[in-house]
Order: sequence, then C-alpha cells, then structure tokens
Amino acid sequence: MKGIVFDIRRYAVHDGPGIRTTVFLKGCPLRCFWCHNPESQTSAIGTINKRRTLDGSVEWLASTVGKEMTADEVMREIIRDRLYFEESKGGVTFSGGEPLMQHGFLLEMLQQCHEEGINTAVDTSGFATSEVFSKVAATTDLLLFDIKSIDDQCHYETTGQSNHVILKNLVSLDVPGLRLIIRIPLIPGVNDGLKSLTETINFLKTIRQPVERVDFLPFHRLGQHKYEALGLQPSPKLPNQQATTNTREALSLFSAAGFRVKEGG
Amino acid sequence: MITERVNKLRRQSLDAINCISAERALIVTRFHQSDAAREVSAPVRRGRCLMYLLNNKTICINPGELIVGERGPAPKATSTYPEVTLHSLEDLDVLHNRAKVSFKSDEAVREAYRDVIIPFWQGKTHRDKMMGNMTSEWKAAYDAGIFTEFQEQRAPGHTVLGKKMWSKGLLDIIDDIEKSRASLDFFNDPQAFEKQEELAGMELAASALIRYSERHAEELVQLAQAETDDKRKKELEQMAAVCRRVPAHKPETLHEALQHYWFIHLGVITELNPWDSFNPGRLDQHLLPFYQQDLASGRLTKEEARELLHCFWIKFNNHPAPPKIGVTALESNTYTDFSLINLGGVKEDGSDAVNEMTYLLLEVIQEMRLLQPSSMIQVSKKNPDRFIHKTLNIIRTGFGQPSIFNTDAIVQELMRQGKTPEDARNGGASGCVESGAFGTEAYILTGYFNLTKIFELTLHDGFDPRTGRQVGLHTGEADKFSTFNLMMEAFEKQVNYFVDIKIRGNNVIEKLFAINLPVPFLSLLIDDCIANGCDYNAGGTRYNSSYIQGVGLGSLTDSLTAIKQHVYDQQTITMKGMIQALDSNFQDYQELRKELVFNTPKWGNDDDTADRHAIGIFNLFFKAVDGRQSPRGATYRINMLPTTCHIYFGQVTGATPDGRLSGIPLSEGISPVQGADHCGPTAVLKSAAKIDHIKTGGTLLNQKFTPSFFDDNESYGKLTALIRSYFRMDGHHIQFNVVNADTLRDAQKHPEKYRDLIVRVAGYSDYFNDLGEDLQDEIIRRTEHSDC
Repeated sequence: MKGIVFDIRRYAVHDGPGIRTTVFLKGCPLRCFWCHNPESQTSAIGTINKRRTLDGSVEWLASTVGKEMTADEVMREIIRDRLYFEESKGGVTFSGGEPLMQHGFLLEMLQQCHEEGINTAVDTSGFATSEVFSKVAATTDLLLFDIKSIDDQCHYETTGQSNHVILKNLVSLDVPGLRLIIRIPLIPGVNDGLKSLTETINFLKTIRQPVERVDFLPFHRLGQHKYEALGLQPSPKLPNQQATTNTREALSLFSAAGFRVKEGG
Repeated sequence: MITERVNKLRRQSLDAINCISAERALIVTRFHQSDAAREVSAPVRRGRCLMYLLNNKTICINPGELIVGERGPAPKATSTYPEVTLHSLEDLDVLHNRAKVSFKSDEAVREAYRDVIIPFWQGKTHRDKMMGNMTSEWKAAYDAGIFTEFQEQRAPGHTVLGKKMWSKGLLDIIDDIEKSRASLDFFNDPQAFEKQEELAGMELAASALIRYSERHAEELVQLAQAETDDKRKKELEQMAAVCRRVPAHKPETLHEALQHYWFIHLGVITELNPWDSFNPGRLDQHLLPFYQQDLASGRLTKEEARELLHCFWIKFNNHPAPPKIGVTALESNTYTDFSLINLGGVKEDGSDAVNEMTYLLLEVIQEMRLLQPSSMIQVSKKNPDRFIHKTLNIIRTGFGQPSIFNTDAIVQELMRQGKTPEDARNGGASGCVESGAFGTEAYILTGYFNLTKIFELTLHDGFDPRTGRQVGLHTGEADKFSTFNLMMEAFEKQVNYFVDIKIRGNNVIEKLFAINLPVPFLSLLIDDCIANGCDYNAGGTRYNSSYIQGVGLGSLTDSLTAIKQHVYDQQTITMKGMIQALDSNFQDYQELRKELVFNTPKWGNDDDTADRHAIGIFNLFFKAVDGRQSPRGATYRINMLPTTCHIYFGQVTGATPDGRLSGIPLSEGISPVQGADHCGPTAVLKSAAKIDHIKTGGTLLNQKFTPSFFDDNESYGKLTALIRSYFRMDGHHIQFNVVNADTLRDAQKHPEKYRDLIVRVAGYSDYFNDLGEDLQDEIIRRTEHSDC
C-alpha cells in the first residue's frame, strides 16, 4: 500500500515523548485559518515555491510537495533512528495534514512499527468516522488529540467543519493502556477566553479515557510565508504579530482542575 | 557563591592585557652565555638552565590570591622561548598591533630583543636547525599548505599529569631517581652513561622547583610581616607554610594539593613551551580524597574549598599560549593554551568515577566562566544521567564548555594501541580531543594534514595551481582516469607520498628535540622516564605515540561524491569540464555549482551515497599512517581534528567539486561541510559514527543548537539520549555550540552557510532557513532574550 507523505522529520522533540521521527501525511479535512502547514491541506501532490540562496542571490524554485511512498519505504526511514528511540524511549509520530485521512496506510504503518517494536503516536484532529478512529486508537500507543474549539459554531467558522464528530470520537474513546495527550493550539480570540477554557475543562472531565496531560501551543504567526509560497493569501482573520494568548491563565485553570499541563508540545 | 576576593582576582585576570615578557628569554640567554652551559650533556644543561631560571625569575604574588606562582612576572606577561624559536622585532610589532589577541611589548622588551636576545640566538634556535634539516620536498609541501608542523615553534607536549604526583613530593621523586641511578649497569648497558646524565638533569630539575617554592615561601613570610590586616596576615603565613611543604613533600590538604599541582604546572611551562601547556587530568578523582579529609577534619567548609578552587582556576586563565612568529603570528590569533580539565568517566577498576568533587567542579566551571582552563566531561555508560544534565545546564549558557567525550570509546582506542585496561581507564582527552594515557604516555601531535588539498593536486597531476609548482607525484592527467577507482588509486599514491614526506620530517625533528632540547622536568612526571633513565622527548615514557591530524573529511567526501555522481555515473560533465570549472573558481559555471551544492548528496545526512566516501578516505588515511614507527619508538596514529587549521587549509585550497569556492574554509573535524547537513542531528551523528572512531586517537564533531533546545528537564533528557546514542555507536566526542542572536543574524544574511541550523519555533522546530523573515526576526529577538 502507498501513502502520500509530505515530510519526514528526524529528531522531532516536540511530538511526544523522547526522540521521535515524525511522518507527515498529506491531506486534511479541516481548514484552520491559522494552519502553519497549508501545503499539507490538499491530498494531492502539489508544488510550492521555495527560496534558495547562494552567495546572496535569491531564487525561487517550484518544489514538489508530497511524495508517494510505500509502507516499506517509510519504514526504512523510520528505522534509521531506532537507536535514538531506544535510548530516549521515543518512537515515531504520524502527523499531517490529518493522518486519519489516509487510514489504510496509517494502520499498515502502525502495524509494521509494532512488529519492529517501535513506539507509535498519532497526532490527530479526531475528525474521522468512529470506525476509523477506533481502529487507529486501538492500534497506536499514544494519541495526541487536538481540540481547536469546544464551541461548535466557532469550530465551524474557524476550521470549516463542525466539531460534532471530533468530540463524539473523544467521548467514546475507551482503550485500556492507550496514552492520551490533549493538545490545544491557543488562538487569540478563538479559544483562549475564560468561557472557552472552562467549557473545555468541563468537557474533558466527562470523557472516559484518562488524560495524561494537556499541552498548550501558544499562537505564533507561523507559516504565513508558506501561504505566499503557495500563491495563497494568509487569512485576514489572523491575529497580528503582537497578539498574545493568555497561556498562563490557561495553564493555571487546567492545572487547578486537576490536569497535568505543559506549554509547548 | 563567589567571594569578593575571587571576584577581584577574576576581574583582574580578565582585564589583564597580554604582553610579552622578555624576562625568561634574557635569563636563558644569560645562562647560555655562562660557563655553566658549556661542555655538559644536554639533560644537565637543561636542568641547570631551569634551575637558573627559577632561581632568578621574579616572584609574583598577587594581592588577595591563595594559590601563588606565575610563569611571567605578572598575570598574562607571557614568556618567550628563544631556544625553540626567536621573535624578530617585526614579529613583536605584529603581535603588538594584531587586531585580535594582541601581545603588547614595551620599549624595554624591544631593547632586550634588539641588543641581547636576537644577537645571541640568531641562527641558533631549534627552528633554525629544524628548517635546515628539511628536504626540498618537505619545504614545497609545507609551502603549498599540504601539512603544518607542530614542533616548529613549540616543543612536543601533549601529555597530562597522571595519578603519581598526587601522592608524591619531589623529594620522593629524587629518591626514585637515586634508585634508578643505583641500578645502572655500566657493564652491559651501552646507554648507561646517557642515562646517568639524564637522571642528573632530572635531579637538577626537581631541586630547581623545590627551591622555587621556597622562594615563594620566603616572599610570603616577608609579605606577612608587612601585612597590617590580621586576616590576610594569617593567610599569607598559611600560604608560606604550604609553599614550604609542596611540591617537596606529598600534599596532605586540598590547599596543598592545588598549590602542589600549580608549581608542577609552572615547572612544565617554564622549562619549555610544550603544546597544550599541561593539565591536571582527572581532577575530580585526584582532589576527592583531600576534599573529603578536609571536610571530615573540619579544616575546610565546602565554601572554603570552592574559593580555593576558584583561585586555582584563575591561575590557568592568567597564562595565554606563547605567541608565534612569522606568518603564524600574523594569521592566527594565538589562542588559549588548551588545559583541558577532565571530569567523570571511570576509575582504574572500571567503575563509575563521578563523585561529589565532580559536581563541585562543574559548579566552579559555571561560576568562573573562563576560557582557561577549558573543561570536558567523560561520559561512560556507567555514569548517571544527572551528571550529563548538570553539564547541559552549563552548555546552554553558550560559552562552549564543557565538551562531551565518550569514555568507553577512549578506553577502547587506548587499548587497541596496546595500553593496559588500567592505564587506559586512567586516561582521557587533552588539548582539543586527543586521547591519551594520563601520566604514562607521550602522545605527540605532529601536524595537520590537508587531505582536500592533496585531492586538488591529484586532479592536477601533482601540480599545485596556487603556488604554480609541481608539489606532488605525477600520477597522470585526471581526464585519463577512466574509472572512479583509478582516480582514487592516484589519490592514494599522493597521500602516501605526502605521509612519507611528513613522517621523514617528523623523525628528524623528533631527534633534534631528543638530542638538543630534552625536558628533564617533564620527564619526572610521566612514567617510566625515571625508571628508564630516558627523557620524555627521547621515548622514555611507557607509551609513545605520534599523531598526524587529518583535516577536510567533509569537504573531501562531498567532492568525491560529486565527482562520482556527475563525472562517472551520470556523466553530466567531463572530468576536463569539472577541472576547468574548479580552476575558474566556478566563474561561468554557476548552474553546475548549484547542482553541486543543492542536488548532490552530502556527508552528514545518513546517506550512504556520500558517507561511503568518508569511510573510504578514512581507511586510506589510516592505512597510510597507522602503525609506522618513529626513532624514539613511537607508533604513528591518526586523529581527525582541525583546531582552527581548516581555515588556513581552506585559504590555500582552490575551488572543490562540492561547490566550495576557492579560499573558503574546509569542513572542520569530522563535522559535515558548514550547512550541508539538513536531516537533523540524529542523521549527522549516524553519518559521523560510520567511520571507525576506535582506530583514531580522537575525532571532533560540532553541533549547533539554539538555547531553546535546552529549555527544561525533558529537553535535557532528549539531548542526553542523543549523546548516549552517539556514544553507543562509538562516537568519540561531541560539542554543542549554543548559538546566539548574532549567529542567527549572520544566518539571515548567509543562509547557505546555515542550512543545518534548526531552531525551535513554537512547540515544533524548523530549519531557520525555511522560516519567513519576520519569524526569523522573532526568533532572533527571543534568542537575544534568553542569551546568558
């Protein structure tokens, strides 16, 4: 089976425990306006303009985004850093895009990793059918589950999709031994208000799967240069450079509610 | 944590201006003009010379200090060694006016040089004898920048104090000399007389240092008498008592141990100007028993011990490396003197050596933040993670120390060379990264070897385009090499040719030192010179090694990969075309250059297409050097480190097939070409581990990080795992360079030099080059903020 991979990063130290290799699968059903990987959104192989500099002269080159790879090919890349995984209790993280969009390929990869004894994490928005979601949850060692907005209206407006399916997947999650880390990108004006944070806490208290930790990713105007490179306009909704999220408040609220928290992944 | 006294001494050391002191040169000249220097054997002459020096040089005791003794008359007043190399008046000018690391000389110094030192030594120095004995082939290769010569301006050094002197005084050593003398066999040993002379020189040297410490004691007593402050008066009296005991007797307290070592250090660097000055080696091991006894007996508190260690540290920083002459003075800042303190590792019995003194010394390193002594940690699989975490906490502050070494690899390297497990475990690394058995080995570095330049010559049938001379062998026109392997055979012939030239030169230089400039004082310290009645410079130590240091592995690997791919495999350009491009420095070949820079596999990315050439070069160089013998009985070995020589070697090397322009620095150590690695640190370390480090005496690998990778315990854990993984693959050394905002600004201007630079953005990391300018600016601001 083949998948469309748009990047493989080694020494990824913010995508789960230990030293990890992160495999980015292309394609995403969401269109978060703050997305810092816009080139990962479409499923098809595309092109992006990349800057190249030699002796001060700059040129822009069309460069392919996405590569069709077999599970074996991806596995060969993963296995390169096995020693580091062992020393650091790390492993591989599948991210995206939304890795569950290529669930067949993802499941095959997870299976192969387990045969090799490599720890796996899946970084997901949770936007998938319950059948796909539960299969992946049952196969991976760790889920990094993103919650963008607990408010459905807000979720729809900022990501282009309802959060109904996402929250339902999270509520129904009940896999013994599965480690679950919730990740919340704090976007000014979207999900960093007191109301939104409190509602998220209340929601998380209702789910069955134990939450190991909640990670907050503070907003930066990340990746907007990539929009230009793709020939796209960054969203007008993007907060300006100076806008800061109230990370400290989020951390203390969640902490007070009994969650282990962390700034950054 | 730092007392007022230490603060003052540290400030004084940092503020002191380097200057040339003519004192040593004048005393040595006066000695050589006297009858005492005539009609005696070399070891006795050198022993007497040291005696005369130490009896006549100025005693310097700085206000407030607890550990005493300076090589010159004041901190940073730097001695010269006219018996080795002679500074001309022009050299003094260059050093005086040099933009970086200048050495000032006043009218008195210039006068002494003009009227006394130069007239006496002109034409009579070691360097004169040495140059007079080199062949024309050697000179041509040397001028072309094929290799450098370490023993041209400095004496052979590269050795470290072992365990012996921490439990012996010089009077005990004189007893040992007596025993050795008593066992001389004048009936059967044709060398008996030479040995007797050497032992006589050693005894003179030992007595000289004892007398030197007494002179300090006398001065301290006088100062104490004149002192009005009761507290300082008591200190001075106590210091006088210490100087009466050591180094004559074995030290009994921490204070005595530190003063004992410091006198020994001064003895070594006053006798001659050996490379890497000298260093106390496994300091945490050596000092622990004194520290524990002092604490237990109530003689010292931990804070008092810390203050003594601070004072000890500052002494090293007062002593810059002796400045060079000629082109070397002009082009290279005489850097620090590479006293590398070793911490951690394993004990003689192989068990974990990390102790409470290790942690105290790490704190001292952090508190002192001085260039000298420099520091390293030895990491064995037996050492705890906490030890590494404490070290990372210092590294994150970005002053380049401590560097990190693999004990288990060092022990294997030394054992491969025939050392016993105990001698290997008592060893470590000194200088930059050089493995050695401390207290038992003379491991002399002889010069850097420009592998990339030799390849340039191979492409030109042995002709050097820069100097316009036929420097190498005629191995054939490059466009006649019908296969890659034929080209490599020619390269191997050239390497062997230049290794032969280098070794022939080394063997002569080694003899010159053994005959003319023995070091009876250093020979007291390193086993088994006394028992053998044989000088350190003549092969008297238990183990003798000579090193040639390969430079340019990354640049050459990438060049071979490029030729293989473009000329032989894909045939997108002919060899002739490639050489034309190189000779024109890629003028009118910009598209080719882009192919070479951007679309050709590079060393450092865990890509066998490139990495196998690194292995090939390494094996070829190893084969050419390893195992050859020198006249003093040393075995030649290789290591892979450049110090700063990759810059000089780059200047003399034309454009290379990896897309490097003429004159640009070569890659350093075994690190990838600057900016050529783009798969992150795990890939770099995997590439680096593909060469067999165990067959070297040291390799050097640098990795850049921004401070954000040192954020919290979790990131320390990941860096620790990174280090442990590299060491599991037998990597020898890794140094983390934590970059500052200035580096990032330079990266914004010259992205091609920094393709490897990863920065943490926000919860994730990215290549700095790949970020938009505004985000780059933000990261620069953030880094500025977290700079310490």
